[in-house]
Amino acid sequence: MAAPMLRWGCRGRRWALACVDGGSCHRRGAPTGSTSNRIRGQSSVAQQPLHTAQKPRKGEHKWAAVVGLEIHAQISSNSKLFSGSQVRFSAPPNSLVSFFDASLPGTLPVLNRRCVEAAVMTGLALNCHINKKSLFDRKHYFYADLPAGYQITQHRLPIAVNGSLTYGISAGKECGQVIPKMVRVKQIQLEQDSGKSLHDDLRSQTLIDLNRAGVGLLEVVLEPDLSCGEEAATAVRELQLILQALGTSQANMAEGQLRVDANISVHHPGEPLGVRTEVKNLNSIRFLAKAIDYEIQRQISELENGGEILNETRSFHEKLGCTVSMRDKEAKQDYRFMPEPNLPPLLLYDATSLPTGADPQQVINIDQIRETLPELPSVTRERLVQQYGMLPEHSFTLLNEVGLLEFFQNVMKETRAEPKKVTSWVLNIFLGYLKQENLAVSESPVTPSALAELLDLLDSRTISSSAAKQVFEELWKREGKTPGQIVSEKQLELMQDRGALEQFCYSVMKDHPQVVMDVKKGNPRAINKLIGLVRKATLNRADPAVIKEILEKQLSS
Amino acid sequence: MLKGYVPPYNATVVQKLLDQGALLMGKTNLDEFAMGSGSTDGVFGPVKNPWSYSKQYREKRKQNPHSESGDSDWLITGGSSGGSAAAVSAFTCYAALGSDTGGSTRNPAAHCGLVGFKPSYGLVSRHGLIPLVNSMDVPGILTRYVDDAAIVLGVLAGHDPKDSTTVPINKPLVLSSLEDVSKLCIGIPKEYLVPELSSEIQCLWSRAADLFESEGAKVIEVSLPHTSYSIVCYHVLCTSEVASNMARFDGLQYGHRCDIDVSTEAMYAATRREGFNDVVRGRILSGNFFLLKENYENYFVKAQKVRRLIANDFVNAFNSGVDVLLTPTTLSEAVPYLEFIKEDNRTRSAQDDIFTQAVNMAGLPAVNIPIALSNQGLPIGLQFIGRAFCDQQLLTVAKWFEKQVQFPVIQLQELVDNCSAILENEKLASVSLKQ
Repeated sequence: MAAPMLRWGCRGRRWALACVDGGSCHRRGAPTGSTSNRIRGQSSVAQQPLHTAQKPRKGEHKWAAVVGLEIHAQISSNSKLFSGSQVRFSAPPNSLVSFFDASLPGTLPVLNRRCVEAAVMTGLALNCHINKKSLFDRKHYFYADLPAGYQITQHRLPIAVNGSLTYGISAGKECGQVIPKMVRVKQIQLEQDSGKSLHDDLRSQTLIDLNRAGVGLLEVVLEPDLSCGEEAATAVRELQLILQALGTSQANMAEGQLRVDANISVHHPGEPLGVRTEVKNLNSIRFLAKAIDYEIQRQISELENGGEILNETRSFHEKLGCTVSMRDKEAKQDYRFMPEPNLPPLLLYDATSLPTGADPQQVINIDQIRETLPELPSVTRERLVQQYGMLPEHSFTLLNEVGLLEFFQNVMKETRAEPKKVTSWVLNIFLGYLKQENLAVSESPVTPSALAELLDLLDSRTISSSAAKQVFEELWKREGKTPGQIVSEKQLELMQDRGALEQFCYSVMKDHPQVVMDVKKGNPRAINKLIGLVRKATLNRADPAVIKEILEKQLSS
Repeated sequence: MLKGYVPPYNATVVQKLLDQGALLMGKTNLDEFAMGSGSTDGVFGPVKNPWSYSKQYREKRKQNPHSESGDSDWLITGGSSGGSAAAVSAFTCYAALGSDTGGSTRNPAAHCGLVGFKPSYGLVSRHGLIPLVNSMDVPGILTRYVDDAAIVLGVLAGHDPKDSTTVPINKPLVLSSLEDVSKLCIGIPKEYLVPELSSEIQCLWSRAADLFESEGAKVIEVSLPHTSYSIVCYHVLCTSEVASNMARFDGLQYGHRCDIDVSTEAMYAATRREGFNDVVRGRILSGNFFLLKENYENYFVKAQKVRRLIANDFVNAFNSGVDVLLTPTTLSEAVPYLEFIKEDNRTRSAQDDIFTQAVNMAGLPAVNIPIALSNQGLPIGLQFIGRAFCDQQLLTVAKWFEKQVQFPVIQLQELVDNCSAILENEKLASVSLKQ
C-alpha cells in the first residue's frame, strides 16, 4: 500500500495512529464478510461457537511502530574538527586533506573551537543539559574511508544530553491548527566524518576521497518517541530549520550535510518492544518518510505472516520504494571503544565557574553562548502569528519553504497591502505557481518588488482581484514587464467612472429583462448572472462588488 | 610497514633542534615500532653495543679463558632506542633523540654508559613521534653528560599547539650547580630490591645511597606497594593502545602495500601480515582482546585503576618529603646478543622494563646516570626519578651525582686501529640477521 506522503492536512485525524491503523485496516478487509464465510466453511468440520470464531482477540491486530533517529549534521566551519584542513563542498578529490586526516603516523588531533561552540549552541537550542566535562573516545573499525582505523567520537560522555525537539503536526487545513509534538533528544555528540568511497565495479576497484574525512559532525540521537514516517520527517525538518537558523549546519540533505539513520520496530501496545532494524542511506526528507512507513508495513506483514524480524541494517531503494537488507554479515560489530588519549577532557564553563583572569580565547562560556543565540524557528513562527495575524499553519509553511520567509518579508517591506492579503498571495498563488513548475523560491521569475507593486495596485483598487491574477500570470512569463506595464497594456484597470458603470448596468438590465425578473422573484443566483453580464460588457474592468452594489440600487429603485 | 615512507613533515622536537642550528647526522635503528628492550627486532637488523669493542671490555674478556674468539659475542645495546644510544656512545654525535614508553631511552642509556633522560609527560611535544602508547610515550634524550641533556631539554620543552597533551612552562630551563645536598631527601623504594637484580648493581646502588648520606643528604626507605602489579598493568594498557595506534597501518595512504587486490579486507590482512613482525602482531591481537566489549571492564578499566594506584604510590612517596627517588635502571649489565635472543621479546620486555615502566605510567621525569663499570668492564647506570614537572630539579641532582662518580669515557681507539676486525664483524652480522 502507498505510504502516506508528507503533506499538511490529514483530514482532522490524529496522524500517528491513523497511519498504522489505516494499514492494518486495509489488510483485514471487511470483518463480518470474511468471518461469516469462515464459519460457513467450518461448520461441517467442527462445532465452533459463533462468537469465539468471529471476535478477534483484544489488541491482536493493533500495531504500534517505534521509530528512533540518529541524525548526523555536518558542522558549518572553516576547518575540520581536529585538523586545519578546509571544509568545502565539491572540491577536487583529496585536495583538502591534512597529514592528520590522512592518518600519517605521529600526527595528533587538535580540537576546533568553532565546532565546540556549534555543539553548545545546538544543545542549548534543543533544551539540552550541556555537560561541563565531556570526553572523546575512539571507535574502531576497518574501512577504506576511515584512514586511522578508528573514528574519534564521544561515546562515554557526550557534550549535551537530555533535551527535546518540538515539532508541529497539522490538524487540518481548514482550522489551521497545529498540534505540537515533542521528541526527546537523548544526546548530542561531536565526532569525525569519514571519507567517501566510490565503488567502481567495472574495474573492481574502490576510489577513496578523503576530503570529507575529519569534518566535524554533530550526531543528534533522538529517543524512539516517533511513530511514523510523517512524524519523523517533520521532526527532521524542524531540526534542519533550527540548525540553519543557528548557522551551525547548512543541513542540506542533498549535499550530504544532513544524514539520517532510522531505527524501526513494531509491537503490540502493552507488549515488549519488537526487534528493530536500522535503515540507512536516507538522503531526503521525502524518502525518509517513505522508507520508514514502508519498513513499518514490511515488519507488520512479516510478523502477521508468522515470520520474524532480523536485527539488521537495511538501505532504502529509491526507485523501488522499498528497503533492502545490507551487509548482514557485519551485524554484530565490536567497536572496541577506548578513550582518546591525545585529547584531554573537554571542559566548558559558565558565568559562575569561569576562572578569573581566564583568557577568553582559551575558554568557552556557555552562558555567553546562550545570550547570543539567534532567533529559533519556533520563536520566529510565534512572532509571525503575532505580528501579522496569520494562522499558525501559515507560519509553518513560510518557514518550511527555503527562502519563502525572506521573500514574504521583502514583499511586506515594499507594499501597503494588508499582511493577510500578502500572506494569502504568497502562500496560495505564489507558492502554487512555484510548486507547479517545481521551482525553488530563488528561481522565481517574480521578484518581491514586483509582487509588492502588484499588491499595491490591488490594494488601491486600481485593479480587481481577478485582474491581479491575470497580471501575475503575465509576470510569471519572465517578459521583463512590470505589473504597471502589464496593467496598462492589457487595459486591466478598473473602471473608475461610476457614471459609466451605472450606464453599463442599466443597459444590461434593459437587455435582459428575464433575468431581472428572476432577481425580483427572489432567485439568489440571478444577480450573479447580471453581474457576470456587466463584467463581460465592461471587459472585466469593473469591480464585481461595485457592480453588485449599483445593480442592487438600480433594481430597488 | 613503513618501507619507503618518507615523512612529509618534521616532528616538533626535530624542528626545534633544527631551528637552533642543529645538524641532523642521521636516523638510527631501533626495535620495530619501539617494541622491545634489546633493539634486536628491527628490519635493519640488531644494534651492536659499542662497548663490545671498547678497550675496557676487551681487556676483561681476554682475562676470561672461556670466552669465544671473534665477534660472535657482541653485546646488545638494550632498547628500544638502541641505535640512538649506540650513536652517542660511539661519539658519532653530540646527542640523539629516542622515545621512552616503558624505559626505551633509559635502558639503552644504562647499557651504553650514557645519560638517558625521560622528561615529564606533557613537557615535550609528541607531534611527530610515532605513537606506541599515547598516554605514556615521551621523546627521550641521550647524551654523554647531564649538561648536554639539559641544553637539549631547554630547546625542546614547552607547549606545542599541535600536541594537546603538552602544557606551557613558565620559566626557561637553566641548570645550576648544586653544591650542597644536605637539604636533599633521597628515597629508596624497597620493592625495587628484587632477587633478579645482579649483585653488582645492588652493591653499586647501595654505595650510591651511602654517597648521598655521607655528603649530608637524608636517605630514607620508601614503599611503592603496587609495584608488583605494574608489569601486568603496563602490558594490558600498552597492548590496547598499540592495537588502536596500529589500526592506521593498512597500506592504503602510505607505506607498504601488498599485491593482493581481491578485496579490501584481503588487502588489509595481507599488508598487515607482511608489514608487521611477530612482536607487533602479537601485541595487536592481545590489545584487541582486552578492548572487546566483554573484556573492557575487566581488563582495560581495571588496568587504568591499578595505574592510578601506582601513580598515587609515587605521589605519596614524594609527599612524605622525598625529593628524588634512587633506583637501579636495569637488572644487569648488557648481555651478549646470542644470549639475549634465547628468550622471546615479550619475556625480555617484561623482565627488563621492571624498574623503568612504572615511571611512564605515572608520567614522571626520570634519568639514567652511568655510575661505574662492572667487573666485565661494562657500564652500569642508576635511575633517578623526580616529581612531575620538576625536571630541572631532577637534572640538578643528577648533575651533582655525575660529578661525584666520574664515570670513565669509553675507549674505542682499539676499534679504530683494528680495521680488519670491523670487516670480520660485518660478515658475522649478516649471518646473525633474522629472516
